[in-house]
Amino acid sequence: MHMPKLEKIWLAIGSGSLAVFLIITGMLAVYMGLNPADGMKHTVEPENVETTEPFNHPGLEQIGPNEYRATIVSFVFGYDPNTITVPKGSTVHFQVTSRDVVHGLHIPGTATNMMIAPGHITEYTQTFNEPGEYLMVCHEYCGIGHQVMFGKVIVEDTV
Amino acid sequence: MSNKSQHDMTADMSGRNDAFTDFQFQKDDRKLIIAFISFSFIAIFLGALAGALQLLQRSGWIQLPSWLTYYQLLTAHGVLLALVFTTFFIMGFLYSGVVRTLDGKLTPGERKLGWIGFYLMATGTIMATITILTDNGTVLYTFYAPMQATPWFYVGLALLIIGSWFGAFGMFAAYIRWRKNHKNETSPLFAYMAVATLILWLHASLSVAIEVVVMLIPWAFGLVERVDVTLSRTLFWYFGHALVYFWLLPAYIYWYVNIPQIVGGKIFSNSLPRLTFILLILFSIPVGFHHQLTEPGIESFWKFLQVVLTMMVVVPSLITAFSIIATFELAGRSRGARGLFGWVKKLPWKDARFFAAVMGMIIFIPAGAGGIINASFQLNQMVHNTWWVTGHFHLTLGTSVLLTFFAITYWLIPVLNGRTFTKTLNKLGIVQAGMWTIGMLLMGGVMHIVGLLGAPRRTSFSTYGDHELGLTWLSYHQVIAAGGVILFLSIILLLYIWYNLLFVAPKSEKTIQYPIGVINEQAEHPPRILERWSIWIGVSIALSFIAYAIPIYQLIVSDAPGSLPFRSW
Repeated sequence: MHMPKLEKIWLAIGSGSLAVFLIITGMLAVYMGLNPADGMKHTVEPENVETTEPFNHPGLEQIGPNEYRATIVSFVFGYDPNTITVPKGSTVHFQVTSRDVVHGLHIPGTATNMMIAPGHITEYTQTFNEPGEYLMVCHEYCGIGHQVMFGKVIVEDTV
Repeated sequence: MSNKSQHDMTADMSGRNDAFTDFQFQKDDRKLIIAFISFSFIAIFLGALAGALQLLQRSGWIQLPSWLTYYQLLTAHGVLLALVFTTFFIMGFLYSGVVRTLDGKLTPGERKLGWIGFYLMATGTIMATITILTDNGTVLYTFYAPMQATPWFYVGLALLIIGSWFGAFGMFAAYIRWRKNHKNETSPLFAYMAVATLILWLHASLSVAIEVVVMLIPWAFGLVERVDVTLSRTLFWYFGHALVYFWLLPAYIYWYVNIPQIVGGKIFSNSLPRLTFILLILFSIPVGFHHQLTEPGIESFWKFLQVVLTMMVVVPSLITAFSIIATFELAGRSRGARGLFGWVKKLPWKDARFFAAVMGMIIFIPAGAGGIINASFQLNQMVHNTWWVTGHFHLTLGTSVLLTFFAITYWLIPVLNGRTFTKTLNKLGIVQAGMWTIGMLLMGGVMHIVGLLGAPRRTSFSTYGDHELGLTWLSYHQVIAAGGVILFLSIILLLYIWYNLLFVAPKSEKTIQYPIGVINEQAEHPPRILERWSIWIGVSIALSFIAYAIPIYQLIVSDAPGSLPFRSW
């Protein structure tokens, strides 16, 4: 197929920068472990999650110095727990499920952005270095009260 | 102004003297095309109205009556524009070019397939619209389980999709007939591209048809108790990303095939546009996971693989940008343009059929760059399900594709019914396209900004408990709403132009030309392999198999508990 020389140069620059970009993205994923939220674990039937480990005890649990596990159940239209409070510099391991429809959990100002599907457990780890009162919003349409489904992550400035 | 001078005006605007030819559509073919196009006009009006109202509610400008909810309007907006308007308009436009380039008329059988498609699609649309208006289908146009609409919502959508297949079969039949009668000839570029677009559509929509017919309809009728949520979402997005290319490819057809004639230039190459469409078939389907990057149940490896495949569409996009600009430059230079950019001034900026489409092309540059960000694995976390994403597809589909479709109507309706696109209508068309561009830049542009600040998409008015961030978002919403108002006014103007073109504008004495570009004399014959569809369909299926077989198998054997239905609205 005939292609003018200028077009070849144009395509080479474009494809070349794309290849560099994809290699960097791939290295971030493989060597630095920077993957978006995921999780291959299942729950029991969504409507029974609240009587089964670990979601029968939702809440924040300290598992090390500056390290916490947040076990959260989402539902129409809220989160349990609705607010979590951690000191500045904490690393929080989220594990979240839904007892009804699909929800989201997004903490603007951080990279925490999760889809919560019933039957599955979504996991993501976030370190909170800046103190403040972060919003935790549902960003997947879940019904008539979707706009009031939110919670807070309070990161306290340690003295 | 007499009819004659109006003819001359149209001819001048096109920059050529041969704006009138002898080709005329058969009455029966014309009816079919006008049916598809007119139906799409009703859908765009209702969809735009719903869009404007929901935006004003979200921004706090208006309160809705108790019998109408924000999410109903949002569902209507998405279904009527993203699914109904687009599919009807594209069927009409593709039929027009297929008829024009494949021996000028359809056989009765081909036409009948088109009509079966039209009636199935129209029935499905009416069913789905009624369920939305009665608040029984308030699940948005992505209808994610386990929110469960009335079964008739899903039946309506299934009819819309299956109907479009009959439309596609009619065009395939025309193409096969032409190939039989023209052995060893290269097919006309328009017909080739239409066939490619429809192959893409058939492959992709098969997946959503399986989701709707095999999973959701039996579940909605209560025949099965539970549904596998993640599997249904995965089938949706197998279709969902290809859907955006189904919208984009007809716009590309206009840019590649029709616009060269309108600017008085020639089609740059006869092979590269075909290669572009083949690449788009291959790399628009095995990529749906980039809509599910932050979702459980799918391993990160498969998500990353699909990110890489997604980015392959950069190559055909670069080829397209080069070809279109080359066509414009050669056209300008052939009219005596000098200097590096002198040709830009020689382009027919005062012709709405050109101006509207070019505004769409220009917006496509930043919009496409935004798309690369969306699909970029880690970067996606910063924007997923925020208003940024809504901004993105309002600049791509809502601006680049729609402005191109508006430009198409400005000559297609006159060609079909013989009424003139007068000088006044042309001016209104330019104003309309200008308003649309400004409105979309305000609305879509600011949606990007507020999305980066975290504002979620698809959310009714909320101050988030008067949280500081929630109130910051609301201040941006005011600009977005202003953009929305400009867009709605632009739609009203558009409907006025269409009404004139359909019923009022003066009849032309001569036949109005259907613009099909001439291929550059130096362009070589396309390699035969580009027309061997079985190979490309095979490669398309193979790529999709590689990208999807194992993750779908994992979803099925891992046997996550299914979900009971919910009606949470």
